[in-house]
Amino acid sequence: MAGIISNLHGSNAKRVQGATTEARWIRYSLIIIALIFLALFLIMPLVVVFVEAFSKGAGVYFAAITEPAAAHAIKLTLTAAAIAVPLNVIFGLAASWAIAKFQFRGKQLAITLIDLPFAVSPVIAGLIYMLLFGAQGLFGHWLMDHDVRIMFAVPGIVLATVFITFPFIARELIPLMQEQGKEQEEAAITLGASGWKMFFRVTLPSIKWGLLYGIILCNARAMGEFGAVSVVSGKIRGQTNTMPLHIEILYNEYQFAAAFAVASLLALLALVTLVLKSALEWQAARDHELAVRTAQAQ
Amino acid sequence: MSVSTLSEPLASHAVPNKKRWVQKSVLPGFGLSLGFATLYASLLVFIPLAMLVIKSFELPLDQLWDVVTNRRALASYRLTFGTSLIAATINLFFGLIVAWVLVRYSFPGKRIVDAVVDLPFALPTAVAGIALTAIYAPNGWVGQWFALLDIKIAYTWIGVTIALTFIGLPFVVRTVQPVLADLETEVEEAAASLGANRWQTFSHIIFPALLPSLLTGFALSFARAIGEYGSVVFISGNMPYKTEITPLLIMTKLEQFDYAGAAALGTVMLLFSFILLLLINLLQHWSHKRTGG
Repeated sequence: MAGIISNLHGSNAKRVQGATTEARWIRYSLIIIALIFLALFLIMPLVVVFVEAFSKGAGVYFAAITEPAAAHAIKLTLTAAAIAVPLNVIFGLAASWAIAKFQFRGKQLAITLIDLPFAVSPVIAGLIYMLLFGAQGLFGHWLMDHDVRIMFAVPGIVLATVFITFPFIARELIPLMQEQGKEQEEAAITLGASGWKMFFRVTLPSIKWGLLYGIILCNARAMGEFGAVSVVSGKIRGQTNTMPLHIEILYNEYQFAAAFAVASLLALLALVTLVLKSALEWQAARDHELAVRTAQAQ
Repeated sequence: MSVSTLSEPLASHAVPNKKRWVQKSVLPGFGLSLGFATLYASLLVFIPLAMLVIKSFELPLDQLWDVVTNRRALASYRLTFGTSLIAATINLFFGLIVAWVLVRYSFPGKRIVDAVVDLPFALPTAVAGIALTAIYAPNGWVGQWFALLDIKIAYTWIGVTIALTFIGLPFVVRTVQPVLADLETEVEEAAASLGANRWQTFSHIIFPALLPSLLTGFALSFARAIGEYGSVVFISGNMPYKTEITPLLIMTKLEQFDYAGAAALGTVMLLFSFILLLLINLLQHWSHKRTGG
């Protein structure tokens, strides 16, 4: 195609090339506008976190992130993510297997419904569990009689986190599995592999990058969730405070340097997430290119 | 060769049968996976969400109407929807420019810029909230210059808009970027050789092709902004009637143990989320049809 065009135009080829891009000054202005916009809206907030965190010196910084309440908040955040992420991995694998590999009625509706928690306000996510398990909630009396605490306790925080991060894995896996088709799995089954063997030897290796990608995004959201957790936690310091809630309390107490110090840990998590995410995208692109090349060679 | 002989008996199994709810397949685990996924989703998402609607109807109808239409609620809708709309529009405009620059031009550090676009997905909203407040407060890096002009950003609707722009920023970029990358430049070459100038090519060829993805990104950014809580509470100042967003009003009702009132407002927001989700799905459907995917 390119050959035909250059033959047709001959000496005009250079002008045609110029006609599918913009004048140099437009190009440079657009790049500068984009970079200024991103610097103002993305880079500056990131930088300000670290500047404010160290504004009272390294001593205050390290005291803020090692004091018992902060340490407890970090532990609780890690715990909630460690429960919520694997649960959503299992759900994501199950949902994407059923949706991507089988034809059934209501499939499109199922895909839409999976996205629902993304569209719902985090505050509502907290509110619905309050209505179920809170003191005045549907199961409130029963829970109180049996001395089970869900609200203002760790289970509530985990529930809210699960709700908020519910779609992440499934969303990543459904299009990936659909694209891969089911020939390989069908071949494995017809050749006598058991269902689990097929899953671990055929399906899982081919979706591993997509799955990891989903886990990383799911984890970032799980550790950073604020709105939903803030409804169900009760914000009891040293007991039900996650890192984002701890930041809020410090901030409202005008301990700005300490608040930004804890925030800087979450900002670091965000940076690590972005680096891992880019590395995975790069890896997946390389695998894809390799697969295309092998296919072409055959 | 052997694969094709193997798949022949399979093909006859997979004949679509209109009366069946699910098409037959040799693959195992349909019942288990769909059953588990449905149970999990129902217990954790759908039944709790249904509770929200049920709870809001515990109120007598006239009271329910009052809760969702009194002056304070109306003011919160106006702020929430107004600022979300402005933020999504800002993102529509700048998102297109960022996507365009990332796909069409090359410049040093492009890959880093590309990765940074996702920062709002990765940075916890509370962190974004306090960082933006620090920047736009009257003594902040940017706020102090506006303070000289007697313009307040933090603790006004402008601050809310900035927070919502931040959290919605990646949506337009990430929906437009792949469509723009897949666009055939042959069509642009044809337009150019037929005498169209660059602006005509953009407005008649490129822009219509990008429109579905632009609208999808806009709707996603808008939907995210409406429900946002974490980044807004710090920068908004939370003044009833003035800078109180609807999610915050729900929070206030909860703190006053007014569960039915909170549920009623939550139901209104849920309704809007549903409508937006349907709209986004229709847009994506349209977008796929356009690109022939």
